[in-house]
Amino acid sequence: MFGAIDPIDIIETSIAGLGTGALLALTGVAFVIIYKATKVINLAIGEMLMIGAFVFYGFSAGLALPIWISIPATLVVAALIGGGIERLMIRPLMKDNPVSVFMVTIGLTSILIGIVELIWTAEPRRLPEFLPGQPIVLGEAFIGSKTAYSFLIAAAVIAVLLVVFAFWRGGIALRATATDRAAASSVGINIAGVFSFSWMLAAMVAALAGILVGSVGGISSAMGLFGLSVFVVVIVGGLDSIAGALIAGLFIGWLEAMVGRFFGGEFKLLATFSILLVVLVVRPYGLFGTHEIERL
Amino acid sequence: MRVATAKESYAADEALFKTDTQKVWFGVLMAGLLLYPFVGSGYWMFLAVLVMINVISTTGLNILTGYTGQVSLGHAAFMAVGAYAVAFFDTRFNTPVLLNLVIAGALSAAIGILVGLPSLRIKGLYLAIATLAASVILHFVFLNWTPVTGGLRGLNVPTATIAGIELATPERLYWLVMPITVVMVLAAKNLFRTRVGRAFIAIRDRDISAEIIGISLFQYKLTSFAISSFYAGVAGGLWAYMFRVVTPESFPGLASIFFLAAVIVGGAGTIIGGLFGAIFMTLVPELLKLVAALVTPFYPDAPIYLAPVRNIVFGLLIVGFLIFEPMGLAEVWRRMRRFFALWPFRT
Repeated sequence: MFGAIDPIDIIETSIAGLGTGALLALTGVAFVIIYKATKVINLAIGEMLMIGAFVFYGFSAGLALPIWISIPATLVVAALIGGGIERLMIRPLMKDNPVSVFMVTIGLTSILIGIVELIWTAEPRRLPEFLPGQPIVLGEAFIGSKTAYSFLIAAAVIAVLLVVFAFWRGGIALRATATDRAAASSVGINIAGVFSFSWMLAAMVAALAGILVGSVGGISSAMGLFGLSVFVVVIVGGLDSIAGALIAGLFIGWLEAMVGRFFGGEFKLLATFSILLVVLVVRPYGLFGTHEIERL
Repeated sequence: MRVATAKESYAADEALFKTDTQKVWFGVLMAGLLLYPFVGSGYWMFLAVLVMINVISTTGLNILTGYTGQVSLGHAAFMAVGAYAVAFFDTRFNTPVLLNLVIAGALSAAIGILVGLPSLRIKGLYLAIATLAASVILHFVFLNWTPVTGGLRGLNVPTATIAGIELATPERLYWLVMPITVVMVLAAKNLFRTRVGRAFIAIRDRDISAEIIGISLFQYKLTSFAISSFYAGVAGGLWAYMFRVVTPESFPGLASIFFLAAVIVGGAGTIIGGLFGAIFMTLVPELLKLVAALVTPFYPDAPIYLAPVRNIVFGLLIVGFLIFEPMGLAEVWRRMRRFFALWPFRT
């Protein structure tokens, strides 16, 4: 099965894996933003990524707009979708138990897949090329340029988000809401606004990840399956930790690439979900997540 | 207006049928089920059998999710286990149909216990993701354990044969599925008059308090997983006899969402809710097909949009019921009953 393992092969596979891992991390960050602010487990994160990619397809291929207009336009539409979902589906249920909110997001996956198939049908499509196509040579290892650029873009976006959360007023408001909703409200933070904002921001980040994922592997109504690996990432990293999503994202991406390369693609999900089960049983709050103490 | 429904003993208050009216209506229902094959035929019998299989599976998920409070996103995978078990034992060992169904249930229950094992450490949403993980792993097993599951091509299932009679059509299969459905739904109803069922409800309502009053969380959560998977396994086995072929794609992840939707739409934590949910969710796609057929002459593309519209309708039903009628159709039913019981006074 293994043959002679070539060190260059391992390096190339690892780098490609880290490229996918960066996209997993980016989507994981979108998940964490929602979870941190609203305590909602968003099972539809993969589908939000998918609809972002399709909206971009609509602008760039359907309307043939140039890239520098399509991307901002996609982000605006994504923000509207995210805000709309929060306002229509999540906010009416915020007072109920978390399990019903979680089930609403399950319903949301079905709706988003249906909408995409209704408008663009179920067949896979390719996004227009917009990343430079020249492969990059690092020593003796070749790196696909799309992988490299999507890695860089993902890294830049995550860096910007980290800075925003650390210093910007809105980011601080979001962290305050995450820590203690009642206290944040009593110092004048607009909780409903923070909820709305977190869903809009997460939808934008997910749409950006969708554009990058789509430009590497094409888009289809089934690309929401990418979200399955994202759940593994956020649970391994800890649901409410951006740094955790980052590290776990890179790790899971690398692991999937290695398993896929040396055992075959069908083993990818098996490997990640086995890790998920182990982490859930041994350390349910993940590597960096808050360890919640249960009180009566 | 109905009067004197007050009960004088716990036994009367806990009875399966609390009033004579309920007994009469139950009798009417049974008579209807016995007479149905003489009225319906072909497509209607197919629908009836499909509805009943979904009723068994939904009732199973309702025991786990509605009564014990453990959300499962892997219910369809347990059905698949039952379907594969029936296909495997019937083709390899030619065992009798009823034995195959029991094996299907038992095997499913055993795997359900395995999947339920993490449920003491983790709960709620984490458990839901763990069951999702289990269903992904089971799907992998179905796809790759070729000697047993037939890999991508799946297994063909022979016609169910009881006492020399081949149950080849839905008309005949009805007489196998209907009694099993009635027995299993009544058994589920009865379960919640026993210590085990009460323990499930206690765990759902407040697990810590349940543990303090002496309910072993571990034992009862696993029991709940086992019973729920047993129902799914039997339903999957009947499904295999009905469609006669089992492949890894027979029970996609969306099927798990279908059963969860049926529990939510029907009303989580009521037996009648499981019935309503399964009937409603099975018939909605048929209704959509009917609408599509009506629209096709004017709008020839309509059938293409059937699958996406079905997805959107499923999603909207889940979301809509959770927001506007969280107790499901069972609550609507209860309101209607109360209206008639109290008439002419307003509720």
